[in-house]
Amino acid sequence: MAERSFAEEVRKLRLGAGESFTGEGILAITKALLENGVGYVGGYQGAPISHLMDVLSDAEDILADLGVRFEANASEAAATAMLAASVHYPIRGAVTYKGPVGVNVASDALANLASSGVTGGALIIVGEDYGEGSSIMQERSHAFAMKSQVWLLDPRPNLPSIVKAVGQGFALSEATNTPVMLMVRIRSCHVTGTFTAADNRPPPLTVKDALSNPRSDYSRVVLPPMSYVQEQDKIRNRWPRAQDHIVRHGLNERFGPTDGQIGIVLQGGMYNGVIRALQRLGLADIYGDTQVSLYVMNVTYPIATAEFLDFARGKDALLVVEEGQPDFIEQALGAILYKEGAGPSLHGKDMLPMAGEYTGQVLLEGVEAFLRKAAPAMLPAQVRAPNSAAPALPDLAKTVPIRPPGFCTGCPERPIFAALKLVEQQSGKHQIAADIGCHLFASLPPFEIGGATMGYGLGPASNGAFDGGGERRPIAIIGDGGFWHNGLSTSFGNAVYNRSDGVIVVVDNHYSAATGGQDVMSSRTANRSKSTGHPIAAAVKGIGVTWVRQIDRTYDVPKLRAVLQEALTTSHEGPKVIVASSECMLNRQRRERPLAAKAIAAGRRVEKPRFGIDEDICTGDHACIRLSGCPSLSLKRLDDPLRDDPVAHIDQSCVGCGNCGEVADAAILCPSFYRADVVHNPGPWERFAARVRATIISWLQTRRDRRRAAKGELA
Amino acid sequence: MARDQITMQGASPDPALSGIIKLAIMAVGGQGGGVLTGWIEACARAAGYAVQATSVAGVAQRTGATIYYIEMAPEAARPPVFSLMPAAGDVDILIAAELMEAGRAILRGFVTPDRTTLIASTHRALAVSEKMVPGDGIARADEVLAAADIAARRLIAIDLDRIAVEEGTVISASLLGALAASGALPFPREAFEAAIRATGRGAGASLSAFARAHEAATTAPAPAPEPAARQTPDAWRAPSALAARLAGLPEPARDLAAAGLRAVLDFQDLAYGRDYLDRLAAIAARDSAANGHVFTREAAKYLARAMVYDDVIRVADLKTRATRLTRIRAEMAPPDGAALRLTDFLHPRAEELVSLLPARLGARIERSPRAMRLIDRLFNRGRRLRTDRLWPFLQLYLLAGLRRWRRGMLRHQVEMAHLEDWLGQALAGIDRDYPFAVELLKNRRLIKGYSDTYARGHSKFDRVREGARLVAGRPDAADWVRRLREAALQDEAGKALDGALATIRGFTGPASP
Repeated sequence: MAERSFAEEVRKLRLGAGESFTGEGILAITKALLENGVGYVGGYQGAPISHLMDVLSDAEDILADLGVRFEANASEAAATAMLAASVHYPIRGAVTYKGPVGVNVASDALANLASSGVTGGALIIVGEDYGEGSSIMQERSHAFAMKSQVWLLDPRPNLPSIVKAVGQGFALSEATNTPVMLMVRIRSCHVTGTFTAADNRPPPLTVKDALSNPRSDYSRVVLPPMSYVQEQDKIRNRWPRAQDHIVRHGLNERFGPTDGQIGIVLQGGMYNGVIRALQRLGLADIYGDTQVSLYVMNVTYPIATAEFLDFARGKDALLVVEEGQPDFIEQALGAILYKEGAGPSLHGKDMLPMAGEYTGQVLLEGVEAFLRKAAPAMLPAQVRAPNSAAPALPDLAKTVPIRPPGFCTGCPERPIFAALKLVEQQSGKHQIAADIGCHLFASLPPFEIGGATMGYGLGPASNGAFDGGGERRPIAIIGDGGFWHNGLSTSFGNAVYNRSDGVIVVVDNHYSAATGGQDVMSSRTANRSKSTGHPIAAAVKGIGVTWVRQIDRTYDVPKLRAVLQEALTTSHEGPKVIVASSECMLNRQRRERPLAAKAIAAGRRVEKPRFGIDEDICTGDHACIRLSGCPSLSLKRLDDPLRDDPVAHIDQSCVGCGNCGEVADAAILCPSFYRADVVHNPGPWERFAARVRATIISWLQTRRDRRRAAKGELA
Repeated sequence: MARDQITMQGASPDPALSGIIKLAIMAVGGQGGGVLTGWIEACARAAGYAVQATSVAGVAQRTGATIYYIEMAPEAARPPVFSLMPAAGDVDILIAAELMEAGRAILRGFVTPDRTTLIASTHRALAVSEKMVPGDGIARADEVLAAADIAARRLIAIDLDRIAVEEGTVISASLLGALAASGALPFPREAFEAAIRATGRGAGASLSAFARAHEAATTAPAPAPEPAARQTPDAWRAPSALAARLAGLPEPARDLAAAGLRAVLDFQDLAYGRDYLDRLAAIAARDSAANGHVFTREAAKYLARAMVYDDVIRVADLKTRATRLTRIRAEMAPPDGAALRLTDFLHPRAEELVSLLPARLGARIERSPRAMRLIDRLFNRGRRLRTDRLWPFLQLYLLAGLRRWRRGMLRHQVEMAHLEDWLGQALAGIDRDYPFAVELLKNRRLIKGYSDTYARGHSKFDRVREGARLVAGRPDAADWVRRLREAALQDEAGKALDGALATIRGFTGPASP
């Protein structure tokens, strides 16, 4: 069950020709796939294209109606390998994953696929996770296109352009027997807009049909001597065909005057930002009509050399707007111009930053710098000599705290790291490796557990050097997402084979939670079309781990601590694996909250737990927060002149997960925590008993209060 | 359009852009920014605007700072080219769903006096870095509000979260209400309400929050500098036997002494209150009006805190009071007919049990590790008490009743010895270096918490005192002690404190024996 349901939105996928589609980028891409007769789709979730997988999953009925196969692939490598169906069969296939990390994982399959070449259109929709809001290292997928000779589309970020690019991508792929990557940037995936729909087209040949008529051709197999032939084919045939196709079908676009003295060459994805910069400089209107010539590269690899030279001809200066590093495009364009002889002066990374996202401000400054140098007369007087200084604002840099992402309220991973922190408080700091997923938030304060992350499913493998053991055992953390993505073989197989002495904690929250709560193999909920319910503990035992402990309630901090301690001290040889399972609280709440509300309304007995803090018992040291970091566990200033420091306070967003009580107990923190269970619709006996108790307790309280010295006299 | 036309229009900042409205929402992940974005979008589309919204999904939204961005322009024959992210100096409406997010928006240049209407909820969702500090790490709200006043063309700052919570919904509804009231978007109130209504489920609560926020934003006065204003202290008058002695204290110390006396009486009894006032009177006699009786004032506060130590009896007493139940009921707000069950988490160790014993016996047992281990084995475990039930309640109630023997217990003796030591040392230097003496007094703030936390507090207190000894006699001694104390409150392990101590050792030379 994914975090966000597209059950409503996917109805738009049935729109017919001429109807207007309004919605998000990912949904538009899905619609475009159906309009282009795709035969099979798949991929692996990850921001910013997680929701594309969710849309495909929610649209399974529509896909089935059209005879389209949907596969939720085990990894990006699996997704790309699936495109093998397009090698011999004229079937269009599309897969999606995030870039560049997904492309990293996929690169083995991608290189083989590119070498073999394709018959049916093969499209890889890459959600490029670069810039603000990104959760990964900052690199580019562009390099993969270059090294494998795969074509790279980077369309202008509006729905009609993105939808058009899907069709163009398939056509380009088929015309050149080459897989095509369609890159959508982090914000384009969720950009909303409108385009005119076309009818959906069932694939002319379905994957089922293909199975009835299998094909093979050894010239497509990557083995010598065919592999040498394939390399030559890429360069001698496919590349020039691609350049020719790009020009003939007008995949790249030109805007503005045809005879301008200066021009801007930009990636399609940069178009809106460049137009906004020109708008702010008074050189474009809101519809994008501009006085500066633009060459928009909707295909960023390969470069259509002749087309570019045609654009450059007669210009004095060019600015290349290419986000990220290295500056592959600028280098290539520079080489083209140089080989061509005298041409315009080329600017780019000298006026725009080499690294980092091209935000509005960055583009404004870069384009302005270029115009100041190359065509100052074009700039309006106001820009050339601004007559008002920007107002001075107080500097809040020291005031505003950073707010990195962290564990959600009630997250079942929090108690795992609280237990680990308690273990470390007792037995000292350990070598701890982390993986990819929500658990990586533990590397931030307040836990600061986990020193490095080497990739999805690679956490335990990254402790490989320490497998031999030492005074204190190394610990590795991995999530259930990472476990099934790559972890089982690469990390656990590695640990078993090398007789690792380490401890591995599998954080099993029943979903691929960080990417949006998609099901994984070990999910406990029933999935309509996928096979779930395969326990992680059984899998690791199956490959030879003999020390396995399963914990089915991660909120039991004392138990977790004891098991961790056991794992760290046992004389058992070989890897020690702890599977700590509790359901992701986001998913659990989404499932249980409506049911509870319904039950309460129906008059059934429902208990709702929530934690609280006795503010007069709390001394304001915040040790509890240093073992939690829960959003609902916050601070409150008391109206008490004797107090200096704010006390801990739990707000109404608490879901009563139990971590606070467990931690207060396990760490022997303080007695201020209490749990209050509101019992809705209690039974008659329960009500009666509560009344009797309350009466007696109240009598006792009144008795004692009468004797209090502090009563003073009422004013 | 010809170039010279553009140049002529260059007088206004963005001539070609007048048609685009740019709205950014800065929120904390999980606040419902996506819902708010959807409403605004629906509203604009219904009003005949071309509109584009963008957001960043993924882990960035897991309780972290996140941005939603919307651009819109009246629908025309051709679609406008919208930007996908806000740019500094180019935002018309900035909605901050939390006060520090408003600060972040200002910091990033999204709020400028020439154009930006800033709608900020003044409530705080504290960042982890603010919460985990052992002292007071809460960011200064007044600085953000002051900056907002300068940075925004128009500022609407109200606690929109409280409105939402009171109406049983989330902040997106009240933010929309404030946005509608601001008039910054060219749509009537009904258009916004229609967008909410179209969502269906939960629309009722959202609409009430919308209406209240609309009302508040329409009538809102300038925001108060500190949103959580102090309530007026409730009227409490000291028992007549002590009132006169309280009145006899120097005026600057009197209000704190009254609060202190109340706490001390509440902790023990009338005699204990008398003891407090005796000590305070003795301190006041050594103090002087020339110094504004600062020492006495601080002593009134910290003496009370030292006397009201956090022992088992106090905890049991506070857990069994009627006022506690009233407070919990108010906080949990169980609906009519619902029952409330309470579970308390207690974890007494041998130390706590032995501290209840008569001083001499307790001290003897405490000296024997074997006895302590035995007691620990017998009693040291987490106890969950269902304090809404009779027997667990009675256990705590009887424990609280041990109060009358408190003064003979080991814990009391230990606490009083520490008190004498601390107070004596502070008082000793009062004539030599008055500010220094005041700072020594204030170091009592470091002692707080239970079990390990309590021990850590004492260790920090001792280290600060050691540092104070090194700087004693220097003209800036008081300032150094204050700095040491603040450093001690910065982190759990006392790294900042160690750094500050190292600095002191650097200029005072090797510590004298």
